[in-house]
Amino acid sequence: MTGPGLQIDADLLLRLDGVSMQYGRGETAVTALAGVDLQVSRGELVAVMGASGSGKSTLLTVAGGLTPPTAGEVIVEGHWLSQLSARELAVLRRRSLGFVFQDFNLIPSLTALENVSLPLELDGWTSKKAHRPAMDALRVVELGDRAQHYPADLSGGQQQRVAIARAVVGGRSLILADEPTGALDSTTGELVLRMLRSRVDAGAGGILVTHDARHAAWADRIVFLRDGRIVDESRASAVSSLLGGLPR
Amino acid sequence: MSVRQSLLAILNQGPCYGYQLRAEFDRRTGSTWPLNVGQIYNTLDRLERDGLVQKATAEIDSEGGEAHNTVEITDAGRLEVAHWLDSPVVRTTATRDELAIKLAIAVTLPGVDIAHVIQVQRTATFRTLQELTRTKNATDDPESSEQLAWLLVVDSLIFAAEAEARWLDHCENRLARALAAGTAAPLPLSTDVPKRGRPAKARA
Ligand SMILES: Nc1ncnc2c1ncn2[C@@H]1O[C@H](COP(=O)(O)OP(=O)(O)OP(=O)(O)O)[C@@H](O)[C@H]1O
Ligand SMILES: [Mg+2]
Repeated sequence: MTGPGLQIDADLLLRLDGVSMQYGRGETAVTALAGVDLQVSRGELVAVMGASGSGKSTLLTVAGGLTPPTAGEVIVEGHWLSQLSARELAVLRRRSLGFVFQDFNLIPSLTALENVSLPLELDGWTSKKAHRPAMDALRVVELGDRAQHYPADLSGGQQQRVAIARAVVGGRSLILADEPTGALDSTTGELVLRMLRSRVDAGAGGILVTHDARHAAWADRIVFLRDGRIVDESRASAVSSLLGGLPR
Repeated sequence: MSVRQSLLAILNQGPCYGYQLRAEFDRRTGSTWPLNVGQIYNTLDRLERDGLVQKATAEIDSEGGEAHNTVEITDAGRLEVAHWLDSPVVRTTATRDELAIKLAIAVTLPGVDIAHVIQVQRTATFRTLQELTRTKNATDDPESSEQLAWLLVVDSLIFAAEAEARWLDHCENRLARALAAGTAAPLPLSTDVPKRGRPAKARA
């Protein structure tokens, strides 16, 4: 980050300022986001909950610079996205952002390992160099033995885990995950959350969209969306007073 | 609560004195439902009356000096423990749920913003869920059966909080529908005052 004015905000990874998003126009226009303000700092995981159609995925695509908002500003690591050229935006997305889409978005002609390595290779890494961190990420999601498989030969939950590995590989600073635990059983889901959590605890920031309250509870903050607006927010306080500590 | 059976099951491992039983119960349930000594002695009295435990000889503790009146399990007690472990916990009457009662009453009152009541509650429920999750995640995989027992208790509280959050969502949707259908009007006091003494019969 450059410029003295931004130094104070060094920990702020993402800021949405009055972001609105409208699909279509006229009679058929749909307002998917209406004046959303949201900030995510380093070390912070924010969960987004809300009914189907409330704007969660839209919020992620706008935050990740995949679509420009119809109003408002998106600021990622101090960069006003509206000020960036398409090229600069592409570089920022590749270096700083890790995406997990609702439909995984794996490339069918690439193996699991190649899929995970891809963002690094696009960023100029040799594939030899990229394979090592990619393999590590696959192992964390317990897919080390499936590295050479193609997406079509993996189950839905396995594809989802490959997508997660791809999102966190290479230490991207902001991870945007849309239902990353959707197709997973509760133990595998926890594995994914644990990985997300540990990346965030190591200094990344993250947004986790989920329908599952138990998964949202892994976040430091939970925001609730309704009809494109943030209607409520829950912040974790320290450790629960309901329980005695862990027995040693 | 199954304090009675729990204490009996602990005694099945060997004779204990009152304070010791309390500590054993606590460390096996993550200190989530602490018992006071009065409860322990009341329970022991009833267990003794029912012939499930009996007083044992006083024991001198290792530090020397103080004698404790220990209690030991009887054969009937052992059978009771086996029976308890072997049968499901059946909830015969609906447990009185503070929150369900609050919402049920609130929905019948004039001038109450139920949507707000639900929202305030959901925020609190999520905070509890977050705190519990954080407490749980601060630990790695359990390394002892004491830790495992603790984790099971935490998990149970987490699932209960999750269920409450989902139920609140459900209530919200149901309420929205009822409002739209005009069936969410407040309930005025009934002019049909029940007779004293016995509850009013449900009418067909
Ligand atoms: N490309 C699009 N064109 C037109 N409308 C869209 C488009 N994408 C989303 N929408 C609309 O915007 C609103 C928000 O959609 P979004 O996908 O963000 O919801 P969501 O909260 O992610 O829902 P879900 O939980 O079902 O994934 C919906 O009404 C949806 O129909
Ligand atoms: Mg979505």
